[in-house]
Amino acid sequence: MNRLITYTLIVASLILSGCNIEPWVKPYERDRLADPIMNFSRDPVSSSYLHHVYQAREGARGAEGGQGGGCGCN
Amino acid sequence: MVVTRIIKTAFLFSTLLLSFVVQGAILPEERADVLFHSYDGGGVTIEGPSILVRKHVNDSVSLYGNYYVDSITSASIDVITTASPYSEERTEYSFGMDYLRDKVTISTKYTQSDENDFAAKALHFGISQEMFGGLTTVSLGYSRGWDTVGKLGDPAFAKDTDRENYRASLSQVLTKNMIVEAGVEVITDEGASLNNPYRQVRYVNPANLTRGYDFEDEVYPNTHTSTAFAIRGKYYLPYRAALHGEYRFFTDTWGIKGSHFEIGYTHPFRKNWIFDFKVRSYSQTKADFYNDLFPFSNAQNFLARDKELSTFSDFTIGAGVSYEFDKKLLSFIDKGSINFSINHIQFDYDDFRDISVTAAPGTEPLYSFDANVMQFFVSMWY
Repeated sequence: MNRLITYTLIVASLILSGCNIEPWVKPYERDRLADPIMNFSRDPVSSSYLHHVYQAREGARGAEGGQGGGCGCN
Repeated sequence: MVVTRIIKTAFLFSTLLLSFVVQGAILPEERADVLFHSYDGGGVTIEGPSILVRKHVNDSVSLYGNYYVDSITSASIDVITTASPYSEERTEYSFGMDYLRDKVTISTKYTQSDENDFAAKALHFGISQEMFGGLTTVSLGYSRGWDTVGKLGDPAFAKDTDRENYRASLSQVLTKNMIVEAGVEVITDEGASLNNPYRQVRYVNPANLTRGYDFEDEVYPNTHTSTAFAIRGKYYLPYRAALHGEYRFFTDTWGIKGSHFEIGYTHPFRKNWIFDFKVRSYSQTKADFYNDLFPFSNAQNFLARDKELSTFSDFTIGAGVSYEFDKKLLSFIDKGSINFSINHIQFDYDDFRDISVTAAPGTEPLYSFDANVMQFFVSMWY
């Protein structure tokens, strides 16, 4: 448990000190990242349906991206 | 359970930590989608609509609702060998809210799903935070679900399942052309019916002179905990097109280990068209208590013959096309799109046999099938 707290404090310090990190990709260089084709889930209604299709037929589940939370089906 | 406790502790601590860090975020787009979906494979057809509408109340609150229907007609391999073909309908409603405060997004969602023998309710909570000048987004999520499993023809059968989901993900802009996302999700289920109550296992019975085996009910453990790790990335090519890749690893307390990878390509064409292509490959090992043919009745404490718990692989090849139109067509919207996609999936089972074929027990051909998954939808932004 002590080890967990130590690691968490190290990560916390890095994150808090990281607030001053200079972004290496400037806001005016993000036009490509803002293009809809770069969205992991361009159409949420569609990707959520496909996750449901796989979740109902495969043993694996979770970490699909988006809000997640399961399909509420058996 | 140690992993679950560590995740819970890290989740609570990280939620506190996020509240100290304030950077940028935006609400999801205001849009409405009307989708018709169709699945056809392995003797099962499932189709229905899904309607998703999102509207901003003001600059910091966005509400959305989703209505989703699965109309199922099933003559699957399980059904034709141990039961009778059936039709049923599942209806799901979701209502959610995203709240942007001090550029932190807090999300909640309620989902309710009903079938004639199954009911599910779930509450979802999430918090998302951009940091490091908008290059990094950290998201945490928690869901709690309550299922009630029934059995047609047995009004006294009603078993509850409780579910908890813990999610964490980190999205990172690496270069002006590349973004990656890594996520982990731990899910725990606890209940007296984690299986489909109609499904049966088969066991060798020489006394059955017709086929040499008989059926008995499945018996599952009352708990199930799974962990999934995923990493995905998107890369903007030197011309306007994108590549994406994804890998997920899954493991659970039932002994299943699974993984999939996916690669895809998105290619805009002229002003209005976008084409998508992808391939996806998945494989898994079986659950410890799965067997296609048990050596005798009640051969072990837990018994399963669900093909989703067997050793198998599947392979998907998919394509989609989207046509975007502007407000000249419909004056009350900003833009809209018409979309169609098809995914062809081939399933190959390594230790689940097709017992609709008559042969000596345990020598039937291995089962395989393919499915077509189609989607047609119209989206409007306003």
